[in-house]
Amino acid sequence: MKRKLSLFAVPYVVWMALFVVAPIIMVVVYAFSSGAGGFTLANFARMGTYAVVFGRSFKLAIIATVICLAVGYPVSYMMSKEGPRFQRLAMVLIMLPMWMNFLLRTYSWMAILENNGLLNQFFQSTGIINLWNRIFGTNLSFFPMMNTQGAVVLGMVYNYLPFMILPIYSVIIKMDASLLEAAQDLGADNLNVFRRVILPLSLPGVLSGITMVFVPSVSTFAISTMLGGGTRILLGDLIEQQFLGGAYNPQLGSAIALVMMVIVVLCMWVMNRFGEGEEQAVML
Amino acid sequence: MKRGGSVFNRVVMALVFLFLYAPVFLLIIFSFNAGNSNMVWKGFSLTWYSQLFHNRLIMQSVYITLLVSLLATLIATIAGTSAAIGFYSMRRRVRSPLMTVNNIPMMNADIVTGVSLCLLFVAFFAFWGNFASWFNSLGLFQLPVHLSMGFGTMLIAHITFNIPYVILSVGPKLRQMDKNLIDAAQDLGCTWMQAFWKVVLPEIKPGIVSGALTAFTMSIDDFVISYFTAGSSASTLAVTIYGMTKKKVNPQINAVSTLLFVTVLLLLAAVNIREARLEQRLEAQRRKS
Repeated sequence: MKRKLSLFAVPYVVWMALFVVAPIIMVVVYAFSSGAGGFTLANFARMGTYAVVFGRSFKLAIIATVICLAVGYPVSYMMSKEGPRFQRLAMVLIMLPMWMNFLLRTYSWMAILENNGLLNQFFQSTGIINLWNRIFGTNLSFFPMMNTQGAVVLGMVYNYLPFMILPIYSVIIKMDASLLEAAQDLGADNLNVFRRVILPLSLPGVLSGITMVFVPSVSTFAISTMLGGGTRILLGDLIEQQFLGGAYNPQLGSAIALVMMVIVVLCMWVMNRFGEGEEQAVML
Repeated sequence: MKRGGSVFNRVVMALVFLFLYAPVFLLIIFSFNAGNSNMVWKGFSLTWYSQLFHNRLIMQSVYITLLVSLLATLIATIAGTSAAIGFYSMRRRVRSPLMTVNNIPMMNADIVTGVSLCLLFVAFFAFWGNFASWFNSLGLFQLPVHLSMGFGTMLIAHITFNIPYVILSVGPKLRQMDKNLIDAAQDLGCTWMQAFWKVVLPEIKPGIVSGALTAFTMSIDDFVISYFTAGSSASTLAVTIYGMTKKKVNPQINAVSTLLFVTVLLLLAAVNIREARLEQRLEAQRRKS
């Protein structure tokens, strides 16, 4: 019976070969070929020009991930302390904004952050701007927030914070309460229970949260175009330009995508070493 | 451990939710704006809602978004469930490498998935063009020579990134299931098909439902992969919006998003209330017996 059932997976294995493995092989082949079709390493040699973009992308993604973790972990922990009805509601509330397409929510941030946008209107009407000018001796009529790297980080944090909260929360909620009681019975104070029991046990959730925030952040292109003004481009923008943008060069684009993929995989591998071989990352 | 959080916890959580919902509420409020700005309030009106239904571009995008998400969810749920059952019955040695491949679309950056599928489709279409013109020269019947990316390729892409989520939520339910149940059903005279429909399926149903829900959410929220695989003939709402953000976003977009959002809100509320009632009933039964 059991062996026969394994045939159920055959169609999907074929599907994976066609649409998961084959496309990645395509990327590798393109990355090592020239426009004419021969083998070349020129695409990688050109990568040096884009070192700045790589650096900027990783810097912003790391900042966004750290902020998400600093906010997401306490929130998941607090949520797990609430009653079951509150928790169910909170889970729905965290997932819900995802049903409004993220481009639209990001666009909405543009209206908030613009020079004459809602936040600046608020600062002007409450006199915070005047206060700021008086204290620091500046002469601002608004706070420039749009088209800055801060705005891009904000966009990343906003869009990917749920991806940090959900896995951490789902790990904390599954934790065996008797372990915590045992630790307390054995004389650990609250801080020690947290540091020695809760934190290590929630590590798999933290690791998958970090992955789920970092990977989309480092490769985003819509957020940086919309909130960053499109002048200081990120890796995602660079790749997009090679495929659908003005600088059409899929070979170079594939090479950049490949390098990005390899760096990300390496980062994850190193990080998972610290996770002491937790085999299955918890997702959603 | 004490239950029920402190006031401080509640305040922090309220702030986080405010952060998550501020842009959403803003969009909803300004969809009723008489002016065409997202920043200046010019009074209440339903102009954008009434104009919306005459805007063919937006209506077409909504239709395509819903169609591709529903189809992809349906296909991915069926395929993912059967794949999860298959994986579950495999030997560990065979299963682990397959699971690693299965995780690739989830771990990979969207843009890599999108770009790689785009390359595959373009290469296949080039190959197909050569093949079709050779075949047509045989004179049996005519095949179309020029294929291009469109709804079909986008659907394939959506199915591909949805299936792993279904497998991920069905798999654990299978592992939690008591293995003797299947044997018991068969001992009691079920064929293995009946055992599947009457025993396995009800056991893993919650996993299937949450997998389908995740898949649908991912499809609706996706922009990057659609952007690279849709070509120019079919565009989802997200792709249409992205085209607009370069110039000026039409406020009708606010209106259509509000409508979609409210629909989803009502659906989710209905599902949750139903679940809560079911749980209460189960609880009551448990107390009686």
